[in-house]
Amino acid sequence: MKLSEVLSRGAEELRVGVFVCECGLNIAGSLDCEEVRKYAETLPDVKVAVLNKYTCADPGQNEIKKHVKEHNLNRVVVASCSPRMHEPTFRACIADVGLNPYLFEMVNLREHCSWVHLHDRKAATDKAKDMVKIGVARARFLEPQIEKEVPVTNKALVIGGGVAGIQAALDLADTGYQVYLVEKEPSIGGVMAQIDKTYPTMDCSI
Amino acid sequence: MMDVGRHPKVKLYTYSEVEKVSGYVGNFKVTIRKKAKYVDETLCNACGECAKVCPVVIPDEYQMGFSSRKAIYMQLPQAVPSTYVINMNNCLGNNPIACGKCVEVCEKKCINYDMQDELVEVEVGTVIVGTGLEVYDPTQLDEYGYTRFDNVITSLEFERLICAGGPTQGHFIRPTDHLTPKTIGFIQCVGSRSEKRGNPYCSNICCMNTVKDTVLLKDHYPDIEIKVFYMDIRAFGKGFEDLFKRSKEGGVKYIRGIPGDIEEDPETKNLLLTVENTTAGKIEKYNLDMVVLSIGYVPRFKNDPVQQLLTLSRTQDGFYMESHPKLKPIDAPTKGVFFAGVAESPKDIKDSVTQASAAAARAGIILSKNKLKVEAITSMVDKEMCTACEICYRACPFKCISVDREKKIPAEIIEAACAGCGTCGAECPFGAVTMRHFTDRQIISQIDAILDENPEEKVVVFACNWCSYAGGDMAGISRLQYPTSPRLIKTMCSGRVDEHFVLYAFQKGAPLVLVSGCHFADCHYIDANRWTQRRVERLWDKLEKKGIRPERLQLEWISAAEGQKFAKVMRRVDEMMRKVTKEEIEFTKQALSDLKPKGTKKVKVTAKAVA
Repeated sequence: MKLSEVLSRGAEELRVGVFVCECGLNIAGSLDCEEVRKYAETLPDVKVAVLNKYTCADPGQNEIKKHVKEHNLNRVVVASCSPRMHEPTFRACIADVGLNPYLFEMVNLREHCSWVHLHDRKAATDKAKDMVKIGVARARFLEPQIEKEVPVTNKALVIGGGVAGIQAALDLADTGYQVYLVEKEPSIGGVMAQIDKTYPTMDCSI
Repeated sequence: MMDVGRHPKVKLYTYSEVEKVSGYVGNFKVTIRKKAKYVDETLCNACGECAKVCPVVIPDEYQMGFSSRKAIYMQLPQAVPSTYVINMNNCLGNNPIACGKCVEVCEKKCINYDMQDELVEVEVGTVIVGTGLEVYDPTQLDEYGYTRFDNVITSLEFERLICAGGPTQGHFIRPTDHLTPKTIGFIQCVGSRSEKRGNPYCSNICCMNTVKDTVLLKDHYPDIEIKVFYMDIRAFGKGFEDLFKRSKEGGVKYIRGIPGDIEEDPETKNLLLTVENTTAGKIEKYNLDMVVLSIGYVPRFKNDPVQQLLTLSRTQDGFYMESHPKLKPIDAPTKGVFFAGVAESPKDIKDSVTQASAAAARAGIILSKNKLKVEAITSMVDKEMCTACEICYRACPFKCISVDREKKIPAEIIEAACAGCGTCGAECPFGAVTMRHFTDRQIISQIDAILDENPEEKVVVFACNWCSYAGGDMAGISRLQYPTSPRLIKTMCSGRVDEHFVLYAFQKGAPLVLVSGCHFADCHYIDANRWTQRRVERLWDKLEKKGIRPERLQLEWISAAEGQKFAKVMRRVDEMMRKVTKEEIEFTKQALSDLKPKGTKKVKVTAKAVA
């Protein structure tokens, strides 16, 4: 028996949905997304696997919501781009239909597979299948998490008193926030203060 | 400048530096060191009597050394705050017997040699980084003779010489004979757009700055002859082409070619410049009274503690790296931190101001809220399994664990301060720490999924969220090709990668394991990746003792900007993987067959609970 089986996951029945994104041709151009989708169907606890043209777009998100409701899914795996790009999008999407946003797993088919294996469709497809398998394996053990709320100090620090720091400090202060502006020289102004006239309008810098 | 100086909502700390930053988005605690000015700025009325009597004469940095200042001085006439300061490195007053003249003449009695640096603590919700730039020092480009020939100056020195507030009251003269030059040349791209010397990037502002300088000169001295030597004139912004036209219509000659050499006539101090005119296709020589080197920007590295304090990364050119080059150009990867101006990339005043306003708006999104949701990824301790050994406390970069070994009080995580690196979980020898969202069983199940089929064809790669995983993204965005064998497991920090994960992967038949994280200075969890290093070193020892080649466990630091390095490392680990024999893998499995999961006790408890 595998260790991951030993480390049991609790009593709830797992219902995983997998959404494979073509991202136009960004993913579908270098690997067979339909083959990946079919493979996903065979993975443990996967109740439904769907192919989308653009999962992040409204129709794609609606598809996720529809299937979560229809199949009573409690884990969602989206195989598309980098989580740095769209993890917040999909977390919000499943939260919309009442799932805890942490019951979501993202498989980075675009940045970590289709874009870096442009010239070997078979190998890229095999890797994509494996990546979805890894994603589903992880998803099966995901647990709901609660995001804590922390208070916000409504003040800002601006480091550097050149033209950029001055402008940022003024805008924030005009909005009504207390600003601390730190400058290492005795006076603010930065390099801008050393410049005579400025282009394209030929006016003074100070 | 004046506006910000008198704004009731802005507290200025000049002659000050940020010394310490702790906390997280919405709740940063910042320590500012107010360096002693030795002048009470609330009393000083900038009468200047002190500077008149000060005997110390120093080159004036503001005037680029073209005039002098005293040890007690005002940085510029329009200084904000309008106050004098003493630079103690210059002052003789450390020893009152030696001098003390300024104290004698100061009617306001605001000079105090005993003043000390002050540490101020402030609490803020967001931080805007506008730490600015340095300019390129062209001394190393020996062919232009900067510092050897007095009449070769930089574009920033030019600004002081043409400025009405400058050392010559705006009478543009050349340094050697104090006469207005009749002929002047500008050399573009000095220190920019060169792979060999200086910097490879375009500094953005130098073309238009020169165009502006030529217009200024022609306004002041219509008869002056101006030649601009360039490779391309980049006049792409609003109103830029008009100004460029105005310059050309004013009689400025633009010559396509970067000069190869400047010689000085020892008598007249005139300059003879040699250039290949690439439009005409011939070598030309020009006699000029003066040459201005249009110098580029360089990122500020010197005296910049900000990078480490806010765990920022830099792109290959050395400027601060943004969260996303197109969609989040203002945000730093560290939450609640934003960029304004040239700290992020070379840009002109208009773009700096634009980005600063954008940064203020982005910061305002956070500041406008009373409460902010933070990610739930923190660790927790199973008190029954904890032996209060304090190892987790020692490993925690944020010291957000309370535990007492002597009194046997088990560890407890202070969740609000926990940043979620998971180092405590990896270091705990008893499996008492669970890292939320990156639990042992989640990661073990990923390893299983990778190695269930054809393990000999795969490389197990642990990649940290901030740097190496993002480096993989960068490789993708740049379409850098590498073999298909690597399989990534993302953790928030490489500090999370437990010894057991690595050994388990080997036991399951992995030919090669790579642990990757941020460079030491870039670690998003202060120094958690130092623990990664120590752990990997420990593992190398362990593997060796068991007769397993330690090279099969690789360790690499890859930053978010290093797509190229990521692809290169992937190619290298693929190659190494192919050299691992079946026999070797079999032997490893046998050698590690007695491997037991950490906190085996916990496994039993959980299994029983479920049963």
